Amino acid sequence: MSHESTYNPSTGIEKWIDRRMPIIRLGYDSFVDFPTPKNLNYWYTFGVILSLVLVVQIVSGVVLAMHYASHVDYAFESVEHIMRDVNYGWLIRYTHANGASMFFLAVYAHIARGLYYGSYKEPRELLWIIGVVIFLLMMATAFMGYVLPWGQMSFWGATVITNLFSAIPLVGDPIKTLLWGGFSVDNPTLNRFYALHYLLPFLIAGAVILHIWALHVPGNNNPSGVEVKDVKKDTVPFHPYYTVKDGFAAVIFLILFAAFVFYMPNSLGHPDNYIQADPLVTPAHIVPEWYFLPFYAILRAITFDIFWIIPAKLGGVLAMFGAIAVLFVLPWLDRSKVKSMRYRPIAKQFFFLFVLDTFFLGWLGAQPAEQPYILMAQLATLYYFAYFVVILPVLSVTETPLPLPKSISEAVLQDKAKKDQSSSPAAAGGAQPVPAE
Amino acid sequence: MLKRFLAAALVVAAGFSGASFAAGDAVKAYKHGHWHWTGPFGTYDQQQLQRGYQVYREVCSTCHSMKLVAFRHLGDPGAPFHLDECPAELGLPDSVDCSDPAANPIIKSLAADFTVMDGPDEAGDMFERPGLPSDYFPSPYANDAQAAAANGGAYPPDMSLLAKARHHGPDYIYSLLTGYPDENPAALEIAPGQYYNPYYPGDTASLLRPEFLDDEGHVLEDRVEEVTDPELYAGHGVIYGGAFKMAAPLVGDGQVTYEDGSPETIDQYAQDVTAFLMWAAEPKLDQRKQTGGFVMAYLFIFAGVVYASYRQVWSNVAH
Repeated sequence: MSHESTYNPSTGIEKWIDRRMPIIRLGYDSFVDFPTPKNLNYWYTFGVILSLVLVVQIVSGVVLAMHYASHVDYAFESVEHIMRDVNYGWLIRYTHANGASMFFLAVYAHIARGLYYGSYKEPRELLWIIGVVIFLLMMATAFMGYVLPWGQMSFWGATVITNLFSAIPLVGDPIKTLLWGGFSVDNPTLNRFYALHYLLPFLIAGAVILHIWALHVPGNNNPSGVEVKDVKKDTVPFHPYYTVKDGFAAVIFLILFAAFVFYMPNSLGHPDNYIQADPLVTPAHIVPEWYFLPFYAILRAITFDIFWIIPAKLGGVLAMFGAIAVLFVLPWLDRSKVKSMRYRPIAKQFFFLFVLDTFFLGWLGAQPAEQPYILMAQLATLYYFAYFVVILPVLSVTETPLPLPKSISEAVLQDKAKKDQSSSPAAAGGAQPVPAE
Repeated sequence: MLKRFLAAALVVAAGFSGASFAAGDAVKAYKHGHWHWTGPFGTYDQQQLQRGYQVYREVCSTCHSMKLVAFRHLGDPGAPFHLDECPAELGLPDSVDCSDPAANPIIKSLAADFTVMDGPDEAGDMFERPGLPSDYFPSPYANDAQAAAANGGAYPPDMSLLAKARHHGPDYIYSLLTGYPDENPAALEIAPGQYYNPYYPGDTASLLRPEFLDDEGHVLEDRVEEVTDPELYAGHGVIYGGAFKMAAPLVGDGQVTYEDGSPETIDQYAQDVTAFLMWAAEPKLDQRKQTGGFVMAYLFIFAGVVYASYRQVWSNVAH
């Protein structure tokens, strides 16, 4: 949260810099003395984890770019050259490829955290919107990155997704031609995807700075959803309290990351991408990477024309982009004044159902486009949208929330009492959800 | 929230694994080889890789290319013919470093076994010369079209990445190589130049002889079951696998002569060549797992240290 600067330049150099460009002061106020609610649980560590993964992706990506050739005749071989001949090339490439999955794993946890604790609500709407922009940029970057190795899934994934744009009336076909740089997915497509894949991560980095800026004005939300009342009682300085806590979570996350890189580097990829792209051979099943599967399921769920004027293909595209676009207006759909679902007993049930629904959609995205999966995907898509445009708006009026704690410090005491109670043998019926912290 | 979330995730994960079994594609469940490289500490068995190379060289390489592998790769650490030091019996001078693939005498002779097209020379002519460690494996055909023409219209896939380019690649390759039955299922009409294999992802329904279909083209399930080996029968009138253009490459015991006394059986050949193909697809596996061991040990210790710091730092704050 915005607070009085407590930075006190002690050395001559610091004073010299501070008078000209107070960048050390900015760092100190943002990451050392920044007042942070003391009740943040591990779900709040994904922001730092995501920044870390972004750095890992940029560094490994820049090194890969030094060895990669963005030409349809050489791309596949140059990736194998990295794997076989570049010193530690296998490590750099497996880190980058699995890093994309880790990035999405963390971002989904981060978004789920935001949805559960109402982190999108006043005064954090802009923070949330910038986050959705970052999510969109990430998806574009990951999609284009997946095309670069020029394997079968690269090529056919690119073909399927770019063809979607042709569903847009009037401008669809020109957009598709522009994306392709010609009349099919070919060398110009690969080259522009490469250029954009290199560019977008830096836009993400810029958006991340805005995201942190927008975070540091109102300050962190917290599991109680109650704003900071008393900086002394409710908060602790970011350093060392959260550097060490986020640091611990980051190391645990790195263990998971390393387990994939060193022991199952290809488990999240598709074997077909080890076959060089061949425009004449279509793979039996074209499946996107796991992190796109829920959206792929929504895309394919629309098999019918909507209101006789929107053809099914366009409907699918609109639904897929709508599934993300709806997040932009979420702060105005959920009008409940209570942020945290801890104090919203009914909304909480619908939230967990929503999480299950996204997992279900992910599973459906990997199934062939046939019955009964299509019907299931339609129902799951219906719930996905209903959660945002019907359930949350209605609940914001009808739901009676539980009494809120007066302050964060009171919430901490309540949690502690609850924890002691449920861990004592007397309260054996402990169905009460135990707070993670 | 955490507990509930984990419980939900478990339920979903269970659904995932269940569904992958339920999707009954008609390929026989793969045999599982005893692969030396599995598990966090698994490495390649160098002896096996050498035998596998021999099988590849004498059997597979007559039709299959391996364009991404160079002879020098065979001498890298973890590779079939890597030497830590020069064999004493060769009496090479001390200045020769046999751990360098380019100086490795085995690699040199393996490469020289092949004839490589080089050039143009000063007169502008292409010429043939014996292979060098820096050369890539020469392909048996000049191009894919020639390969297809020589193999009944389907070109044999490049083998460099085959073990990673199929689901459960090693088990698939091993099963396919050892899976050709002595006799084709009687219910199937296998065209000349086509070969049936229960592990090949094809479509046997279209191969059924007309006497196993009723007037409307429905499969007479009982009749198919009656004449089909239960090992090849998937149920509901479906026979496992499909037919494709590769005849059984491993035709009999003793086909390849091993020098290390390993059994000269089709099963052993198949396991050995699968191991070699896995190495070809993932040559840095040994190095990867070794590095992984250090990284994991470091991260676990680091996690312990950071956790201790975390407890220490937060010890005086209720949170």
